[in-house]
Amino acid sequence: EASGIGRDHPCGSFPTHNTLRFCEALALLPGCGQAWGLTLPTVSHYRLFPKALGRLVAALGVRELHLALTQGFWRTRYWGQPPLQAPAGAELWVWFQPTVTDVDKAWKELSNILSGIFCASLNFIDSTNTVIPTASFKPLGLANGTDHHLLRYAVLPREVVCTENLTPWKKLLPCGSKAGLAVLLKAERLFHSSYHSQAVHIRPICRDASCLAVSWELRQTLTVVFDFFSSGQGKKDWSLFKMFSRTLTDTCPLASQSKVYVDISPKNKEKELLEVSPAPTSVHEAIVQGDKKTYAVYDLLSPSLFNTSRSLNVQLKWKRPQDTEMPIPTLHAQRYVGGYGLQTGEICTLIYNTHPYRAFPVILLETVPWYLRLYVHTLTIITKGKENKPSYIHYQPAQDRRRPHLLEMLIQLPANSVTKITIQFERALLKWTEYPPDPNHGFYVGSSVLSALVPSVTAMKDMDVEQSPLFASLFPSSDGSSYFVRLYTEPLLVNLPTPDFSMPYNVICLTCTVVAVCYGSFYNLLTRTFHVEEPSRGGLAKRLANVIRKLRGVPPL
Amino acid sequence: MAVVFGPGSVPGDLPRPLPFRDVQEMEISVNLRTSVTSRYEMRFRSTTAQEEAALAAATAREADAALHPLQNTALGSLTMYVLPETSSLLPQGTNVYVGKHRSALVRAGGSLAALQARLREVTQVMSFTASSIAAALSDRVPDGQLSPDARRYLKSSLGYEITFSLLNPDPKSHTVDWDIEGAVNRYVKPVLDKLSLVANFSVDSQILYYAVLGVTPRYDKESSSFLLSAHSLPHVINPVEARLGSSAASLYPVLNFLLYVPEHSHSPLYIQDKDGAPVSTNAFHSPRWGGIMVYNVEAPASPQASLPLHVDVDMARVMEVFLAQLRLLFGLSQEEVPPEFLLESPGNEGLADWELDHLLWAHTVENIATVSTTLTSLAQLLDKIGNIVIKDDVASEVYRAVASVQSAVTELSLGHLHGAFQASKEAVTSSERAFFDPSLLHLLYFPDDQKFAIYIPLFLPMAVPILLSLAKIVRETRLRKKEPTKMD
Repeated sequence: EASGIGRDHPCGSFPTHNTLRFCEALALLPGCGQAWGLTLPTVSHYRLFPKALGRLVAALGVRELHLALTQGFWRTRYWGQPPLQAPAGAELWVWFQPTVTDVDKAWKELSNILSGIFCASLNFIDSTNTVIPTASFKPLGLANGTDHHLLRYAVLPREVVCTENLTPWKKLLPCGSKAGLAVLLKAERLFHSSYHSQAVHIRPICRDASCLAVSWELRQTLTVVFDFFSSGQGKKDWSLFKMFSRTLTDTCPLASQSKVYVDISPKNKEKELLEVSPAPTSVHEAIVQGDKKTYAVYDLLSPSLFNTSRSLNVQLKWKRPQDTEMPIPTLHAQRYVGGYGLQTGEICTLIYNTHPYRAFPVILLETVPWYLRLYVHTLTIITKGKENKPSYIHYQPAQDRRRPHLLEMLIQLPANSVTKITIQFERALLKWTEYPPDPNHGFYVGSSVLSALVPSVTAMKDMDVEQSPLFASLFPSSDGSSYFVRLYTEPLLVNLPTPDFSMPYNVICLTCTVVAVCYGSFYNLLTRTFHVEEPSRGGLAKRLANVIRKLRGVPPL
Repeated sequence: MAVVFGPGSVPGDLPRPLPFRDVQEMEISVNLRTSVTSRYEMRFRSTTAQEEAALAAATAREADAALHPLQNTALGSLTMYVLPETSSLLPQGTNVYVGKHRSALVRAGGSLAALQARLREVTQVMSFTASSIAAALSDRVPDGQLSPDARRYLKSSLGYEITFSLLNPDPKSHTVDWDIEGAVNRYVKPVLDKLSLVANFSVDSQILYYAVLGVTPRYDKESSSFLLSAHSLPHVINPVEARLGSSAASLYPVLNFLLYVPEHSHSPLYIQDKDGAPVSTNAFHSPRWGGIMVYNVEAPASPQASLPLHVDVDMARVMEVFLAQLRLLFGLSQEEVPPEFLLESPGNEGLADWELDHLLWAHTVENIATVSTTLTSLAQLLDKIGNIVIKDDVASEVYRAVASVQSAVTELSLGHLHGAFQASKEAVTSSERAFFDPSLLHLLYFPDDQKFAIYIPLFLPMAVPILLSLAKIVRETRLRKKEPTKMD
């Protein structure tokens, strides 16, 4: 049922991130990526699989569903390659079955129901933020045929993830938060972190090695980054108790596998700089994302673990302080908005390939809302001072208030290079009812997606799937020389020209005042009674003279 | 309704020679403005040769089976076979035998009046009674006049979802297995196939771990068991309910049937009724929600037996209870049957044909009442907001609902139960679609008081001169009244 990993990175300010993963169905076997003629099972009797999701999958003809809710941004440059990254906010991508006739309707219904299940505002997914990528997202489970018209992809960068999203997520686990690793997941600790990403992946997989029957697999992953360097007085030591303010006491009795992995990979071939306590059940070596990793494994199901002490509190201590930099990941990216003023602007994306001698292609997916009008003729891709022509471009222009821009490109990244992609845009004027609350905050543009097969520095051999940590198995590598990476860049915040929203009321006020003043004088004119005035008592001079005479005590004129 | 006189059973005081027709009407008043008229059209005739042969069977059950192919099989129709006073077909002491289908064997009561009184009782059991109509129209019955049972019945709906949940609060001690798929196919499906005329049903099941009841049971030293008293049962469901999972994918009401395997530390667990006696089925039901059954695991023979204990649930025992609860929730319990009645058990289908009719009558009446309520509240909404926009499709749904409900009433008065039920279902669908149309949201319309507030900058300065001149007029009239005394 569950396997967990606690990894340790001796990098600058983020020495630790801890990844805990839960998965209900286990066997993912390499080499059964194709299953022709196998029908997806329809289930109505559930044992471990949560019924709410199962019914959803059956009712709407879903083939594959990937939902991630994320708070914060994964800083690839400093934290290294993420095991499973997700863009800030909410991300949902779904493959539907070919039997679904109206995919858009099913997609709308699905996002509405998911928003109910996960208490997230996924109901804001509509045609203006949904795209149909052609190359970036392939089914991760069994698939016969990849007709991309059955795919829908949407990102809501504005979504705020909090406790109310975590509770329904925990409820999907067979043991809930009552037993097993999920006992650690207390909201007050998890959201006191630098990065929090929870995800649900549903896909069809082979039931066994012969692959004669298909099962549904549900993977629930949770990635949290704790910053111990800044909160722990400069010390990078951590323990389960320090992170979650509780320890592990038992396993979920339904779990067939329940493990904690701690990354204790030695850096720079030096002697081991860190020590874990208590002694791990075993040590596992694996090649994860092109890097040789050593994991201390705590198998919670092994009876010896809880024999000596009643609870397990994994601790990691550094033997001596050290500041070795994290190795820079082979592929990372950066994105920002350029330009000035409120009329035009420029989106710049920088993609870094730090591999010393290998070039590799990367697919870039860019989704831009319709109110930023992209000028495709200004698209420039420059690598090492020369223009880099993409070998594949798919561009779907936006339609106002109907659909966003979609730009997909396959770009070759030469070894040890930086590729700069710029495209200019014009900001559209929205109708005054289309502005969200607090429009001066700016408008989010979702992260762009980079998918690549990154050549690995270390040669990889076939891994023992049973042994390897679960997070490594969602994207099995096709051959030993490269591994799959999907990265998300920063979401952008763009200011649009915003009108003065109080103007209509000001106009009403002003007009009303003018009308009221006119009305008042006119009314006065109409209703006043005129009298013939008696001849005046003299001019101003006479009156003044009278005042002076009065002061002098002389009778007036 | 056909009343068939067997040989030797014709009462002497028949008004006309057989065959003839008779109509009986009775008004059931629900509240001051709603009443339902029940109208029985009776056709009196004597038996045919085939029926006579069938009635010559040895037992009532065989006669019922033999008579079935000879009957009118339309929904809502009834056939009564009147047997001579001395007939041995019915056991001693019973005067009426109600069969599995739409017929009954009735012992002739001597005079026609006695027979008619008996027939009236039979028709009320087999079609509907004032109380079953009142239950269907429970929204309109004034409070306090309704029997507590009436609130138990499920509201009429186009579909129902039935969820069987196995609650295992202690997976460390028990690994529980249940063959729910087989049990559903064997016990539940025949019933639902029969009920499919009433609504669409979907069945699913789930196993929930670490799901505990909301009440800690009391330990009873005498029986060394744990007890749940009747008054604590209402608190049992709430914490479980949160785990059951809402039916996000459909809008139909959900019927929950929970099988609870108590924790090892709370076993065995028994439910007590109001008098403190243990409930024999160890189960209870919650009105319009479903039922819960407690399934105790036998203690292991030796105390050293290793945990977890493997438990295989006896599905026959469980399903018997759940099906009885299902019948209860649909209002199919036969509690008010007079003592001289003998009811044939419906067998594997769990439901006799006439019970299905019983359900259809009630649901048709309820649907018609629902549609009229929905359309009335829609009309009230339109009265409240004068400038609401009714789109063409909403209007056509309303017209369709009205037309369907009218045709349902007509069909009902003609006794065409099936047609009436279908029309009432269409009426419900159309009226709900019209009522819940997103364009008819109350909040979409700008309230008048706020419009006034926006124009305050206009109204206020304009009011000032008017008010001042009013004050001036008042002052002047007052002055003018005083003036005459001052003049001169």
